[in-house]
Amino acid sequence: MSKVSLTVNGQACDLELDNRTTLLDALREHLHLTGTKKGCDQGQCGACTVIAGGHRINSCLTLAVMHQGDSITTIEGLGTPEKLHPMQAAFVKCDGFQCGYCTPGQICSAVAMLDEVKAGIPSHVTADLTSHPQLTTDEIRERMSGNICRCAAYSNIIEAISEVGRGEI
Amino acid sequence: MKFETPATENPIDQLKVIGKATDRVEGPFKTMGRARYAYEWHDVAKNPAYGYVVGSAIAKGRIRSIDLSLAKVSHGVLAIVTAENAGKLGKGEFNTALLLGGPEIQHYHQAVALVVAETFEQARAAAGQIRIEYEKAPGAFDLAAAKDSAPMADKITGGVAASKVGDFEGAFAAAPVQLDATYTTPDQSHAMMEPHSSLAKWEGDKLTVWTSNQMIDWGRGDLAKTLNIPKENVRLISPYIGGGFGGKLFVRADAVLASLGARAAQRPVKVALQRALMPNNTTHRPATIQRIRLGTTREGKITAIGHDSWSGDLPEGKPDGAVHQTRLLYAGENRMTATRLAVLDLPEANAMRAPGEATGMMALEIAMDELAEKLGIDPVELRILNDTQVVPDDASPPSKDDPQDRKGDTAANQAGKGKRFSQRQFIECLRLGAERFGWNKRSAKPAANRDGMWLIGQGVAAAYRGNQTTKSAARVRLDSRGGVIVETDMTDIGTGSYTVIAQTAAEMLGVPLNRVLVRLGDSSFPVSSGSGGQWGANCSTSGVYAACLKLREMVAQKLGVSATDAVFSDGRVRVGDRDVPLGEVAGSAGLVAEDAIEFGKLAKEYQQSTFGAHFVEVGVHVATGETRVRRMLAVCAAGRILNPKAARSQVIGAMTMGVGAALMEELAVDKRLGFFVNHDMATYEVPVHADIPHQDVIFLDETDPISSPMKAKGVAELGICGVAAAVANAIYNATGVRVRDYPITLDKLLDGLPDVA
Ligand code: FES
Ligand code: FES
Repeated sequence: MSKVSLTVNGQACDLELDNRTTLLDALREHLHLTGTKKGCDQGQCGACTVIAGGHRINSCLTLAVMHQGDSITTIEGLGTPEKLHPMQAAFVKCDGFQCGYCTPGQICSAVAMLDEVKAGIPSHVTADLTSHPQLTTDEIRERMSGNICRCAAYSNIIEAISEVGRGEI
Repeated sequence: MKFETPATENPIDQLKVIGKATDRVEGPFKTMGRARYAYEWHDVAKNPAYGYVVGSAIAKGRIRSIDLSLAKVSHGVLAIVTAENAGKLGKGEFNTALLLGGPEIQHYHQAVALVVAETFEQARAAAGQIRIEYEKAPGAFDLAAAKDSAPMADKITGGVAASKVGDFEGAFAAAPVQLDATYTTPDQSHAMMEPHSSLAKWEGDKLTVWTSNQMIDWGRGDLAKTLNIPKENVRLISPYIGGGFGGKLFVRADAVLASLGARAAQRPVKVALQRALMPNNTTHRPATIQRIRLGTTREGKITAIGHDSWSGDLPEGKPDGAVHQTRLLYAGENRMTATRLAVLDLPEANAMRAPGEATGMMALEIAMDELAEKLGIDPVELRILNDTQVVPDDASPPSKDDPQDRKGDTAANQAGKGKRFSQRQFIECLRLGAERFGWNKRSAKPAANRDGMWLIGQGVAAAYRGNQTTKSAARVRLDSRGGVIVETDMTDIGTGSYTVIAQTAAEMLGVPLNRVLVRLGDSSFPVSSGSGGQWGANCSTSGVYAACLKLREMVAQKLGVSATDAVFSDGRVRVGDRDVPLGEVAGSAGLVAEDAIEFGKLAKEYQQSTFGAHFVEVGVHVATGETRVRRMLAVCAAGRILNPKAARSQVIGAMTMGVGAALMEELAVDKRLGFFVNHDMATYEVPVHADIPHQDVIFLDETDPISSPMKAKGVAELGICGVAAAVANAIYNATGVRVRDYPITLDKLLDGLPDVA
């Protein structure tokens, strides 16, 4: 067992955890923040995506004890019922989900992904590495491919992200 | 209410709410992460224990010994459930293999133990300490090897296993143009994003299970049967389901083991199947081998059409119904279909999205493309030329009192001759699709188009899927403030049930959508159709229609007027010059109506089906053979579309699964050891964002009054039927390489690609 302190969605959390506890299980089973989903528990699906220190990560692939002092944003930290985050609102409007199980991961991933593009980080499909990447649909598709949606709302998710991205970039 | 005559004008036809592209009512919950799935009920069971499943390491044989001694003393362990200590268990009506194996093992990764511990980490660690010695028995794992000795199946879903009309053999032999080709489709996995999960809690002899299940009442019955307890003692709760696609139609090991674990540990227990266990532990779509024979006149009229299909399953299992659509889609005087079922010792084969047609159309619609090329006829035109407005082969389902039906013999088929489709806008789908897609720009000659390193091709395929109807009940409450609550055990597996049910109640009672609260997925609610076979939306909303009709009558009765004179709108009811808020009529006690829709003989008198056409453009890389889908269009004729936004999402999801089937999805069978090798989400490849372009869907304007009072039909499975063949045909058009063995991976194309120039 180890003590670990995290800041989750702006709130300080002190936990005492089995060292083997993933960040994902710390969130879901210990903090009862079940918005972050477990699809595979082995880094293959993206359902567990959260934003840690500004970067999107698969929370099933990292132990909670490795995040001492880190700031974590989960889906619960993005918007409120009264005021959805623009990405959440765009997903609702564009029907960017069906069963909803991949959705929190898609949304967290999309939010952090836009920041990556903003920061000028290239992707596999960026043609010119010396100029700032553009937010084309091909760029979004490439950058979002770690988030599987078996219901396959892909076409709609791309619309939702493009809509938010156009406003931001 | 009984639905026995075609629907006439009714309140749904107002289309004030129904037919609108409304956002999903549960959308904010899902996008905020507040929708609660089976593993997430922290408030109902404060301190649940965690279960971890151990799967069999052999495919067939026996457990010789099982040593729990180390696991039992492992940290935090509360109980270990095995077949030895679980007591006598039954088998669910919908299950083929037992959900807890031992000592006999029926398939690889069949559950053999559940370790229950204080934490997930402890349960997992202890599971690794269980030592099992097995005694392997030889098994059959190779469909191709078992094919020739496979006997005729008893039946397929929705019909007899084999059928004959006219003289197929004679007509085929005499046909001036013939096609005789064999196609194979692999085993496929549902790979829904939420693993099968359950939280079980006992209170005395009463069991409540929060689970992830498409068919609440089937699940309740089968869980009770498996545990040998009365059905009344079981409650299932499943308001949100993270995808199913047929993989959650039935009770699976998570629910049974969580229940047994909770009994043993005397504490609520939750269990999620580990991802790597799912493909072998649960069900899958079986592989098929399909032989298609088509004989035509020189002008392209089909005179003989034959479809043989082979699949495999465990003893007492079921065949894939791949021949189903071949009885109904194209004309032709002389016909045959036959379904053979081999016994295989692979995991349990069962339903996956559009079982039957999904695989059958993968073969039939390549065959039609091959035939078109032989005839030198455009593939769209060939399909139009062979349209039929009557059912060519009415091979009805077998019934106990009619032994003839079992054989699907000619006499039975004659009786069905002339049976019509309730609606059949197949030609319209093809024509409109061809126009919108720009089909006339396609070159009939393969490998004729190039864009840099990419060979470009277009393909078309028909879409066909039956429309099934089944009883569905609902309860509707009206409160004193005019709010409406709908309760039914219907499930929303991503299909939009919450939304279309809310729309139905709002339309029927004339209240705004936001005054309707829909509660689903609880076995304490009236029994619905559940979600399967694309019947959910049409049947469950029809059940809600029936209950609302009853509620309208109650309101009218309270006002002392006839329900037909009352107008329900804007939250008020008007009769003559009386105009009263609905809530006022309901009074402080409120009003509650419960009813069910029951479908009668219309389902037998008419063939109810949904039709469509898929158009696909691909690019195939001339050097690597990589296929990229560039454009996709589906045109669907599926009755009234209750919510075009949700319906479109169902169709694009199905189209994507069809791309998966065409290009990548395959459970690889280890034929020596008898298991699916690629049993996780990295190795069982499904389409990701980068694989899927923007998708277009067009719904034809259609109402089907024979189907239901909603005049709707299913659409979620129509979308997958034919897509894979459209992709395959586009690849052929791009490259000139005809692949008859799915999935069409680059290794199957490389040898045939034109030279890189
Ligand atoms: S649950 Fe973490 S990637 Fe699938
Ligand atoms: S919405 Fe179901 S997996 Fe994406």
